[in-house]
Amino acid sequence: MAQNPNEIRYLTPPTVEIKKKKFCRFRKNRIKYIDYKDPEFLKKFLNEQGKILPRRVTGTSLKFQRKIATAVKRARHIALLPYVTDLLK
Amino acid sequence: MPKKYILFNPFINMMNQYETVFIATPVLSENQMKEAVEKFKKIITGKGGEIINEENWGLRKLAYPIQKKSTGFYYLIEFRAESKLIQSLEVEYRRDERIIRFLTVKLDKYAVEYSEKRKSKVETEEEIKED
Repeated sequence: MAQNPNEIRYLTPPTVEIKKKKFCRFRKNRIKYIDYKDPEFLKKFLNEQGKILPRRVTGTSLKFQRKIATAVKRARHIALLPYVTDLLK
Repeated sequence: MPKKYILFNPFINMMNQYETVFIATPVLSENQMKEAVEKFKKIITGKGGEIINEENWGLRKLAYPIQKKSTGFYYLIEFRAESKLIQSLEVEYRRDERIIRFLTVKLDKYAVEYSEKRKSKVETEEEIKED
């Protein structure tokens, strides 16, 4: 073999995905309190059915995920956010 | 006396900062709404509470119907009081037929910081409007 066996050649060059590192937006922006009175902000952490998104999707740190959860639940209680819906966004 | 003892002494009344939001039925007239607000403010101040801030959010659409109503008057009161007051305040909320939903939250130090910022922001916005 004339070619170097260590060198693998592809017909189409493989696309290597560069994973973007997730970060906690509260840590980064130094937000310490999550307000339950601001439903537009809280909607960033909900899916279309109004469920709270998991940490692995949003990248929030555990400390702030807990705070988001309480804030969302308070907002739901005073009818700023729905408990169940379709097409929230 | 060690400091710790003072903090947990049940005979010394601790003043905490709270925030309460209530939703009144949309059938009320403006005067009736004012009357309801006055009533709850009096309950707070009458028992040694101190009102720090209040906000009238007006008539808002509810995210889901409560007692078959789709809108409601929102009102927010921020106050400093002893913890005993909260129970009597919530009892009054439950007795009052005009109130369809309420929420009382204790503010921690970050929340107090946030609410002060929010307050000053609202004030500056009003000043800009006036100009």
